[in-house]
Amino acid sequence: MSMTPFRVPVVPTLKKETFMSLYRKGTRLDERDLFTPRKVEIETGVIDKAEGSALVKLGNTKVLAGVKIEVGTPFRDTPNQGVLTVHAEFVPLASPVFEPGPPDENAIELARVVDRSLREVGVVDLESLVIREGEKVWIVWVDLYVIDHDGNLFDASMLAAMAALKTARLPDYEEYETGEIEVLRDKSQGPLKLNHTVVTVTTAKVGEYIIVDPTLDEETISDSRMVVAVDEQGRIVGLQKVGEAGYTREEVEKVLNISLGAAKVYFKSLEEALARKG
Amino acid sequence: MARKDGVTLFREDGTRLDGRRPDEMRPIRMEVGVLENADGSAMVEFGRTKVLAAVYGPREPVQKYIAIPDKAVLRVRYHMAPFSTSERKSPAPSRREVELSKVIREALEPVVLTDQFPRTAIDVFIEVLQADGGTRTTGLTAASLALADAGIPMRALVGGVAVGKIQDKLVLDIDEFEDNYAEADMPVGAAPDIGLVTLFQINGVMTREEVMKGLDMALEAINKIVEMEKEVLKSKYVKAEV
Amino acid sequence: MAKGRRIVAPGEQLPPDTTGPEEYLVDHGEWKSPATLGIVDERDGKHVFIPLQGVYVPRKGDIVIGLITGQGIVNWFVDINSPYQAILTVQDFLGRPFNPMTDDMSKLLRIGDYVKAQVQAFDRTRNPTLTVQGEGLGRIVEGKIVEVLPSRIPRIIGKKHSMINMISEETGCEIYAAVNGRIHLKCPNEDSETIAILAIKKIERETHTVGLTERVKRLIQEEKKVRGV
Repeated sequence: MSMTPFRVPVVPTLKKETFMSLYRKGTRLDERDLFTPRKVEIETGVIDKAEGSALVKLGNTKVLAGVKIEVGTPFRDTPNQGVLTVHAEFVPLASPVFEPGPPDENAIELARVVDRSLREVGVVDLESLVIREGEKVWIVWVDLYVIDHDGNLFDASMLAAMAALKTARLPDYEEYETGEIEVLRDKSQGPLKLNHTVVTVTTAKVGEYIIVDPTLDEETISDSRMVVAVDEQGRIVGLQKVGEAGYTREEVEKVLNISLGAAKVYFKSLEEALARKG
Repeated sequence: MARKDGVTLFREDGTRLDGRRPDEMRPIRMEVGVLENADGSAMVEFGRTKVLAAVYGPREPVQKYIAIPDKAVLRVRYHMAPFSTSERKSPAPSRREVELSKVIREALEPVVLTDQFPRTAIDVFIEVLQADGGTRTTGLTAASLALADAGIPMRALVGGVAVGKIQDKLVLDIDEFEDNYAEADMPVGAAPDIGLVTLFQINGVMTREEVMKGLDMALEAINKIVEMEKEVLKSKYVKAEV
Repeated sequence: MAKGRRIVAPGEQLPPDTTGPEEYLVDHGEWKSPATLGIVDERDGKHVFIPLQGVYVPRKGDIVIGLITGQGIVNWFVDINSPYQAILTVQDFLGRPFNPMTDDMSKLLRIGDYVKAQVQAFDRTRNPTLTVQGEGLGRIVEGKIVEVLPSRIPRIIGKKHSMINMISEETGCEIYAAVNGRIHLKCPNEDSETIAILAIKKIERETHTVGLTERVKRLIQEEKKVRGV
């Protein structure tokens, strides 16, 4: 059952006023304009044992993504495809409001939005992950670990997932006569095959303003948020309205335009981080 | 008009397999006050999709700690009956149901006047009895009717419908079969009287132009859906007239 | 339905000058809308909104009929047919300080008892408190309680008590309609009690129609004939 959040921090009325008066002047507390994301830092290969990994810092928000690749059975309706699974954990060390326990609705929503944004456009080439059709395929697990929450977990998580997938390597394997498959993790068949690159752009609606990449404070004062997933061709590959308010048609159009613009910043950050790597 | 996998979703004359035009909804049926115990209830059908919604409250929440000092807490559960799908669905809430409960709650929050009943809970239970596409938007429509039937003060009524993209064409109110072959599915919920989109998701690939065109299609349809809601709500009283 | 009267649903546009209970009218600036189903009555160019639905929200000074549902250390918990549970203290009930050593609460009021009480204080941040210190207030010892939608009470009472007085005169019942949707009946016999209940339920169903007083009167007279009252 989904409930109106009852453990939300109280927003001092004056704080909201301060933010709004800055927005009126086209700027924000951290001197950004309304449409620019915070500084993005991407470090890949941070976890040796994972087939792919990335630590993303979006301002003070930190998300760690790990890609593990295992052998498993395909879904019955897709015997000629591997499997992609995204999971998110809001670890309690990341925020005073995160509690230990199974993922809550926010973590589930985050994982499912990232999952769909990767899946719908076919970021991971699932057909390249078949070992024996209908029997054995590679299962790609993307685990998102939110370790410091200063707002906009969606964009940071998507960047982390993307960077981890882009640097992930498919392990080698040996097939025995019994049909059993042993994964040889210290050998690699090469990089995981990807067909597209996707980023999400989260905007917050605060009164009449639409702002890109809200900090936690900005999320708290915001009325609602919209997460728009964009691929490298500028197509919209996913979208989710998140939060307690509604949007007018005009606001939706504005959000799409702003998001398509801001996506370029994230693509550039990803590109630069991966170029450095390799 | 066949796809490369041989599946055809449009007929020669451009209509869909069930004979609908691209901008045509399935037959809609709405009924309110269908349950005795609930403070408000509604049954809504879009074609073969059947959803039942019930509202309890405002009432004192059993767990006092969830109460909010200056408004009512809205609690929403979207749930699918085990027999609602072709293959039996486990009654345990899935991750999809957890997400959709949240998405539907956030589509109702903008219209329910929760600040009138501080420290209380308003509970909305949505049971999908038969799933044939568009269950979340049908559920939202049923929830809106059940809330109004319960007399919960509302800023406006909401309704919902999904737009799909099939073989590069936008079609209104896609059913399950069409959804299986769709390039994109875009569920929309809105309160036309106050001009707000309150539920909005896209699963799939669309251009910005397609999104806006699809949104306009959905909004026009939701206008009709909400007008139907009003008629159904009023009919209870009109019938009693002498 | 009479001219100038129509049923409206939430979200529909009403003129900005529409009056009615504040909680059930949403002000959008240039227009208003009803927050629940209701009737808009247009008379002499003025629009009045009358909600047909709504729960009972206590107001200071209201006389309510409450049901004792629980017992605390120094108070009872009272269901007043509202989202908010009311509190009645033993001290108030006794009209003197309460001494738990000598006073036995369960001898004063039992769970399941009805009380007629007045709302002493309520501001939505704390539960309403009740008092039974006042004329005619206290435990209800005889008669029947009928529940109706709280939004129907004004119609059951009628303009200047016209409706409730008519039912009283026709049936010989003593009737008190409390704002929280509970009606207390004290009738000379079971037949008149049944007739009074039938009349009240008819008003609850047909609140929004015109010519109701006449139809209720006719119903009572027919029932009286049938029952030989």
